Amino acid sequence: MSKGEIVAGCLAPHPPHLVYAENPPQNEPIAEGGWEQLRWGYERLRESLAGVDYDAIVLLSPHWQTYVGTHFLGLPNFKSLSVDPVFPNLFRYHYDLDIDVELAQQIHDRAADAGLAVAMMKNPDFRVDYGAITTGHMFNPSWDKPLVVISSNRSRDYYSVEVMQEMMIELGRVTREAILASGKKVVVIASNSLSHRHFTTESAIPEDMSKEHIASHAMHLWDMRMIEYFRTGQAQRILDEMPEFTEQAIAESDGGGLSWLLSTLDVPTYPGILHGYGTIIGTGNAIVEWPARNHKEASE
Amino acid sequence: MSEGELIGSYIVPVHPHTVLAPEQNEGWGRLRTAYDDAAQRIKESGADLLIIYSTTWPSIIGHQIIADPNPEWVMVDHDFHELGSIPYSFNIDEKFAHAWNEANEKRGLKSRTVAYHGFPIDVGSVVALKLLNPDNAIPAVIVSSNVYANRAETTVLAKACMDVVKATGRKAIAITAMSLSNRMFTKPIEPKDDRIHSLKDDEWNLKILELLGEGRLEDVGQLSRTIHRQIRVNKVVAFKPMWWLSGMNSNRNNLTGQVLAYEALHGAGGAVVHLDPTPSGAGDIEYDEDDVEYFAGERNVLDGDQSDHQEIDSVNVESKPGEPQENGPALWDPTEGKDSVNSAAAPKPVGAYPHARRVGDLLYLSGVGPRQPGTNAIPGGPIHDADGKPLNYDIKAQTQAVVDNITRILEEAGGTINDVLDVTSFLVDMDRDFQGYNEVWAETLGQVGPTRTTLAIRALPTPIAVEMKVIAKAPPAE
Ligand SMILES: [Fe+2]
Repeated sequence: MSKGEIVAGCLAPHPPHLVYAENPPQNEPIAEGGWEQLRWGYERLRESLAGVDYDAIVLLSPHWQTYVGTHFLGLPNFKSLSVDPVFPNLFRYHYDLDIDVELAQQIHDRAADAGLAVAMMKNPDFRVDYGAITTGHMFNPSWDKPLVVISSNRSRDYYSVEVMQEMMIELGRVTREAILASGKKVVVIASNSLSHRHFTTESAIPEDMSKEHIASHAMHLWDMRMIEYFRTGQAQRILDEMPEFTEQAIAESDGGGLSWLLSTLDVPTYPGILHGYGTIIGTGNAIVEWPARNHKEASE
Repeated sequence: MSEGELIGSYIVPVHPHTVLAPEQNEGWGRLRTAYDDAAQRIKESGADLLIIYSTTWPSIIGHQIIADPNPEWVMVDHDFHELGSIPYSFNIDEKFAHAWNEANEKRGLKSRTVAYHGFPIDVGSVVALKLLNPDNAIPAVIVSSNVYANRAETTVLAKACMDVVKATGRKAIAITAMSLSNRMFTKPIEPKDDRIHSLKDDEWNLKILELLGEGRLEDVGQLSRTIHRQIRVNKVVAFKPMWWLSGMNSNRNNLTGQVLAYEALHGAGGAVVHLDPTPSGAGDIEYDEDDVEYFAGERNVLDGDQSDHQEIDSVNVESKPGEPQENGPALWDPTEGKDSVNSAAAPKPVGAYPHARRVGDLLYLSGVGPRQPGTNAIPGGPIHDADGKPLNYDIKAQTQAVVDNITRILEEAGGTINDVLDVTSFLVDMDRDFQGYNEVWAETLGQVGPTRTTLAIRALPTPIAVEMKVIAKAPPAE
């Protein structure tokens, strides 16, 4: 069996507004558009990977929040209706997604060996969270690749950003090992926003873009600082500044996705490609790709 | 129809163990027995409405209220999925949900109803309704917990709810689905090994339950921030349910409380508590904060965050001056801002400003003179003619007209003259007019009792002798 490979790592945020604005047949509400900068960013990300061959997508979503360890979707298929509990007016999506249970189990087992608390989720009635579905749809609207969906362990809430990051770096390391050992080509995705201060009001037409802007200047500064590190291959600095960033920008990196992603990519020193940046109800969102396939870390 | 009332309150735990696995651990079983006891009490109480405030349903844009008359689905817990699934089909009071939503908006809250097929009702609400209302005999409503809401917003949410309970003659039960200490074990445990996560958590839980057992709900509300810091893991929401529940109970400290059970649920503190409104104990209240009636922005959104929600929205000044008056400046239509209060029954402004503006509990009135709405006539006569030649005038009539105009503006805002708190009076001729002004004051505002400051000034914009600047208590709703 040939050696597995991480072909790309992506930061791919999941506000349901993006799916809403795309008007895919799976989603019930109808929008007139909106958030084009981010949606075109997703388009560029898809184009960037269009000619790249891969077998599976491994995704960590902050909206499957688990307090008792890290969980993995553990059945071959999930099909149901996902209604966002926060924005049900925008997101009521009929999903049908396949899971690479074998790869999920391999990552699970290595994590367990490394001493992390883990569980396979095998309840067929379980509803997949809207974050995983939004990112899954925006990244691959045809849903033709199986996924591994990893829950967001809320260790940040229980301990601190530092402890969370330690655990997520460990989870990233075993994720990488499991992928390389699997013989599969994989895209790894952290599904989270950057700065995460929401507006507390919503305009009558949610897609009214005259109302859309970053929540505050401080949030903008933090987002641009992080993006500059993405663009210049300074992943270690992102990890180093994660506690301040997460606290001060109330960043959605609190779910551990970004730390995990950078760890699965072996803390890349090559530049990430910024495909798009935009705000959604005040939160900052960047779509970034690390083209690991073009760098030697990919093969080891 | 007699006025509705809250006939009982319950605090209940959120995790699914009491529904799916009460037999696996003695403590879980005792919580289940207490849940069943509470269900029996509710049934015998004659309640016709269950109102659930759930800490496991966070919202971002204001509060959300379930308004689907029959939500049905199968709930699986994000953590405890291996315990099994909970199918549900609930009886929701759609009309009450809509009425509460409107009452929220009247009290300045952001609010919306939710009635979508497949909406995921949260674990806390599902567990509470399954066990407290097993045959769906009593209609229910469920409200979310806003992640940014602090005490003022949460208290006003309760007051809006009670507006509707009273107006619709309901016999309601308030329920908070919540943990006490919420730190769970971060690894799987054997059911037999369950216990409260730490001694500190246990001690705090017992302190809370002691207060609740004595019916001192408002005390627990006032301790909420301390409790949150001490024994609450910073999940999405803070320890807000006691603010809401205390608000539902008129912030009382003399309820009749009874703790039906207290046990661990995977390390978190789970309790079933019954609070009966029958007065008991001393009930002294050491209310530490303003009792907010109307929500106009949160003062402590995200403690430590620099963003300030007290910011005043800029007013869209669309008003333009009209024709210049023969004897005085041009008149304007009052400006319309978000919190403006304007009255067609009050005289038009002489510039781009509203008659009044509501900020939090207070109503700030622009300076009010004696001019008559519509005619612009000055009771008691102008102090000079169009050429500036002094005229004789009646200060008492002018003063009475000022008070009448203040009354009209306050009534437009939904209040009365009795709401006036503070007045600054301006007289153009102190020597001539103070006595007459003071006599009318004594008969009118003097009866209300606001603080007062009287100043002599050179002139007012129109040919009047007296103007008053008023700060009043804002009425709860329009
Ligand atoms: Fe999110």
